[in-house]
Amino acid sequence: MPIQVQNVEHVAKLARLEITPEEIHLYTEQLAKILELMDQLNQLPTDSILPMAHALDVELPLRTDTVTHTNQRDLLLTGAPDPESGHFRVPKIIQ
Amino acid sequence: MDICALTLTQTMHLLQKKEVSAVELTQSYLNRIANLEPHIHAFITVDSQGALQAAQLADTRRTQGDATPLTGIPLAHKDIFCTQGLTTTCGSKMLAQFVPPYDATVTRRLREAGAIILGKSNMDEFAMGSSTETSHFGITRNPWDLNRIPGGSSGGSAAAVAAGMCVAATGTDTGGSIRQPASLTGITGLKPTYGRISRFGMIAFASSLDQAGPMAKSAEDAALLLQVMAGSDPLDATSLPNPVPDYARSLQQTQLQGRKLGLPKEYFGDGLQPEVRTAIEQACAIYKKLGAEIVSISLPHTSYAIPTYYIIAPAEASSNLARYDGVRFGHRCVNPQDLHDLYFRTRSEGFGSEVKRRIMLGTYVLSSGYYEAYYRKAQKVRRLIADDFQQAFTQVDWILTPTSPNTAFRLGEKTQDPVQMYYSDIFTINVNLAGLPALSLPCGMDKEQLPIGLQLIGRPLDEANLLGAAHLFQQETDWHQLRPKNLDSRTEMINLP
Repeated sequence: MPIQVQNVEHVAKLARLEITPEEIHLYTEQLAKILELMDQLNQLPTDSILPMAHALDVELPLRTDTVTHTNQRDLLLTGAPDPESGHFRVPKIIQ
Repeated sequence: MDICALTLTQTMHLLQKKEVSAVELTQSYLNRIANLEPHIHAFITVDSQGALQAAQLADTRRTQGDATPLTGIPLAHKDIFCTQGLTTTCGSKMLAQFVPPYDATVTRRLREAGAIILGKSNMDEFAMGSSTETSHFGITRNPWDLNRIPGGSSGGSAAAVAAGMCVAATGTDTGGSIRQPASLTGITGLKPTYGRISRFGMIAFASSLDQAGPMAKSAEDAALLLQVMAGSDPLDATSLPNPVPDYARSLQQTQLQGRKLGLPKEYFGDGLQPEVRTAIEQACAIYKKLGAEIVSISLPHTSYAIPTYYIIAPAEASSNLARYDGVRFGHRCVNPQDLHDLYFRTRSEGFGSEVKRRIMLGTYVLSSGYYEAYYRKAQKVRRLIADDFQQAFTQVDWILTPTSPNTAFRLGEKTQDPVQMYYSDIFTINVNLAGLPALSLPCGMDKEQLPIGLQLIGRPLDEANLLGAAHLFQQETDWHQLRPKNLDSRTEMINLP
């Protein structure tokens, strides 16, 4: 069944995106077209194939657990939209 | 002599012989940018002051006998690489005011080598696009025809190199974003093996596919840049520990005699522009003349690459872009009522429509009930695609294909239909899925005088021979030396909106 308006509304909510009523219809139409393309993959039998998550079969290296970058709080707060007293300020969470 | 027409190699020699200073060179490029930028719009940010300061340091360094091959070379960086103290937008409203507190490893390594940053080049928003039309900061025009797109997503870097607005540039390639614009603007662009160059400080799109690379006027120039960009990095656990060869030297040592170039039959079907087909056939003839054997091969899962890529890349993107929440950096909506309102409005205002489309697509294919059908399935097909290449490389040394099925298309031609736009990358995305190195080099012109690109794909970590094979082709041909003619006078006749 092709993707419906309700699915797109749900996905937008999961993705924390506000979508206008006009956009919903455009996106539904476009996503349906894209997903139709993806259904081509169902032509391929893949039961015995191992999923590939990484481009190369290499083991990730481990490093020793030592501190390399000491406190950079003030530097990292320089890009914050609303910093205060060494913190990121956000709207009230608990009413 | 027009200094901005020279290659990196030629410019390096002039600097070494002290026939030009880094300051004079940088000023020439800044002047050219000032003249051409209103017509081409290759840059999001031009940093004249920073560039001239770096040039002075480069000249001092040379006087002290401490210069590297890249000392004093003016470059453009794709605006996806974090540059400490210099705005880095990734082509998005979300990061329009973002000034990174640190350098990307690519930026840092090139700075340490003494290269100069002229500015940050335009790109599709978050590198999602094939035409540079999704940038929040406006389109970039192709220097060969200002009514056409330069390709994307590294379209600003490609246009800047082609128009002589920098000596060379950096780019990134998740599905073809270095090679496709290189092809469409007549320059040489390399996507190295996944992991060859550190991704630290390179704003993430699809982490299992993203790779940085050089965009330059020749394979020789690309080798000089790769030399500095490549290598393992403790800040990126996926960077490869393998030693970095001397690319400039090995470039001269590649042999074609008795080597095999494979032509995958799946890449030569309908839909290939006839002039592109002809140019590729002529390129094969040149490789034959150089001693290589041309072999027909098959990569049977080629046609599944687009659907596979457009599941995996948006899935990874939706996860990577979850960090833009208006809390720590980047855009924040005005007067958020609560946390929910902060997230929704910040993200809806900050992202453009292609980025939203891909986030939704990615969220959908990862959502409960669809994960197995889409994401898991795509990961399995990804292995089949990678296995095709592995199989092919038991028979041949390189794979030769067109980079793009068509030459540069017109502005606005594909913006209404995402699927049609996605097909612009049909010959390049397979390589990202398999993690292989590949480059695009110019191999002809169509009747509209638009460049045609040839793609060479190599074995993992065989960048040296890939660049070598491209270099040998460029010794025999002069396609890479062609530049847009009368750019300065022609641009005056075109009124831009």
